[in-house]
Amino acid sequence: MSTITKYQTASTAFVQEAEVFADLYGKDHPTLAAIRKQAMVAFSNRGIPTMKHEEWKYVNLTSIAQTDYRTASPADSQKLSKSDAEQYRFAGKDAILCVIENGKLNVAASTMSSIPAGVRIGSIDDFSNDADVMSHLFTHASFEEEAMVALNTMLCYSPIIIKVDAKVKCDTVIQLIFATVPGVDPLLIPARVLVVAGEQSEFTVVESYHTVGAGALTFNNVVSEVVVGKAARVHYSKIQVEGDEAQHINYHKVNMARDSYQHLTTLTLGGAIVRNNLNIRLDDEQVNAYLNGLYVLNQKQVIDNHTLVDHAMPNCYSNELYKGIIGDQAQGVFNGKIWVREDAQKTNAYQSNKNLLLSNQASMNTKPQLEIYADDVKCSHGATTGQLDDEALFYLRARGIGETVARSLLNHAFAADVIEQVENEALRESLMQLLDVKLSALQIET
Amino acid sequence: MLSIKDLKASVEGKQILNGLNLEVKPGEVHAIMGPNGSGKSTLASVLAGREEYEVEGGAVNFLGKDLLDMSPEDRARAGMFLAFQYPVEIPGVSNANFLKTAVNEVRKSRSLAPYDSKEFLKIMKEKMALVEMDKAMTQRSVNEGFSGGEKKRNEIFQMAMLEPTLAILDETDSGLDIDALRIVSNGVNALRDGNRSFIVITHYQRLLDYIVPDFVHVLYKGRIVKSGTKDLALELEEKGYDWIKEEVAVGA
Repeated sequence: MSTITKYQTASTAFVQEAEVFADLYGKDHPTLAAIRKQAMVAFSNRGIPTMKHEEWKYVNLTSIAQTDYRTASPADSQKLSKSDAEQYRFAGKDAILCVIENGKLNVAASTMSSIPAGVRIGSIDDFSNDADVMSHLFTHASFEEEAMVALNTMLCYSPIIIKVDAKVKCDTVIQLIFATVPGVDPLLIPARVLVVAGEQSEFTVVESYHTVGAGALTFNNVVSEVVVGKAARVHYSKIQVEGDEAQHINYHKVNMARDSYQHLTTLTLGGAIVRNNLNIRLDDEQVNAYLNGLYVLNQKQVIDNHTLVDHAMPNCYSNELYKGIIGDQAQGVFNGKIWVREDAQKTNAYQSNKNLLLSNQASMNTKPQLEIYADDVKCSHGATTGQLDDEALFYLRARGIGETVARSLLNHAFAADVIEQVENEALRESLMQLLDVKLSALQIET
Repeated sequence: MLSIKDLKASVEGKQILNGLNLEVKPGEVHAIMGPNGSGKSTLASVLAGREEYEVEGGAVNFLGKDLLDMSPEDRARAGMFLAFQYPVEIPGVSNANFLKTAVNEVRKSRSLAPYDSKEFLKIMKEKMALVEMDKAMTQRSVNEGFSGGEKKRNEIFQMAMLEPTLAILDETDSGLDIDALRIVSNGVNALRDGNRSFIVITHYQRLLDYIVPDFVHVLYKGRIVKSGTKDLALELEEKGYDWIKEEVAVGA
């Protein structure tokens, strides 16, 4: 079978599965059923992207096309408990833990007793009477433009929804633990998140991705939509620490209203293939958007960060810092686009991508893209890819620090400033620990 | 303590040291002077274990061990310290964290328990006073944004923390104003205890007014061509190096 035929066959199989799913689960929510139908058409037309597609030239999805996945279903039984979830607690003992096991909320494993007033977390059933929430569901990430969003939209029947009411300041971190439990058959997990931040609300959300146990291949196909209301402040982290075999493609769409602020950190340490598509739309004036990423890779890991900062309106500020440490035969991709639309005068947009390559076989492809249609803007971008500073290494060794520890110190120093910007202290410390564990794994192998 | 015999070394295929001999005994201060390009910094680099320097021949014995066989970190752990001519900036690593790691790695190699934070802070405070260093400098990243004088003071501070048996100061006086020179020299002198030895590499006699050496050696074309007391440094200051070059030419 040719590659193209494989891709077509796989795409057709997904659509057939979606049709079965629609019959099984789609009847309760007629508006969503209509959206799903459109998504099926869009996916049928586009199919799984191949490497001939400019945006996918470094990521080979053949293994996804070749694998006969079963789609995780809302009817699947769940097995994780609260004690399983505790080991993934990253933001202090008070944090709310929502366990999403194979795409579906596992209430029994979650710790949601301490949810403050004005904050609601649940599934579609909990929000079906909330017109505001339902108006946002399945509407921000574009399934017309992105095949993998279409795939998620047509297959996802159990999105997790967070709504924080206007003027509510929630100090308790909300951690969404996406636990992938591999089974006998390869598993496709269409996970979906909707976060609605009311006007002047402020809170922190963590998405963390884990593989629990071993089994057949898994493919997380995630879509997150974050609606940041006027003057709201949202701190967001995506922590990707899945197993060596995991495949992960996610779309993260943020819509920012006037005077709002969001700080998004993406930390990628695990997974075989991880593709992050971030799309931050600064949709009104006086918006501040921070967009940070850190990836530390070894073995044959592939990480592709595609980011789009979309300045649609005047007087906004965005700052993007992505850093990577790449060892062994791992491959990194950074494609950072800043789009300043015609109306977006007085835009300040900054972007930086810095990489350390630890081996001769490691590779990094970085491509900053600035598209500026306004004439009164300040934009800058920079990309560097290099090796560990030999002079600094010698300096540390000349003070009695062994080579392994010295390399680890320098790698840590390179990477740490991304994590230092995470506001919540407990979360920041957890991320530093995750980073150091991964860095020490790099040392053993080199 | 340190015995260098017929040391020959090259860098990038160019031979710099051509059979250098030097004996340093406990407590001695040896000054090494010489014109530009004579091999002064190469000597420091070879002793500290820089990989880009190729040892072509000779032997170096340090406290009974073959120094040339040791990694840079093992040399430091055995008690050798190099104060860099150009201290390296290391963004993201705080001076305090760097030193704590270094001191405890050295202690570990000697089967000593690591210092806890409290003990370490106490020692650090004591040694900071030696080089008139303020606390803020220990919180900053190693040498990042430090002035030339601050960098050299930081070298001496590190030396005080690591308490080496032999310290090599590679043109520590270069780029220092008179106040910084005084502070750095006072720091070094405070560490002279009759057992600790120093090799002071310098271009100028000025430093030797502050750090008074027991011996002065002239390095020229990769060999020590003349040795004497501190008076030799004064003579060099007055007459320059030409008469030495002539002596060597006649001798050859």
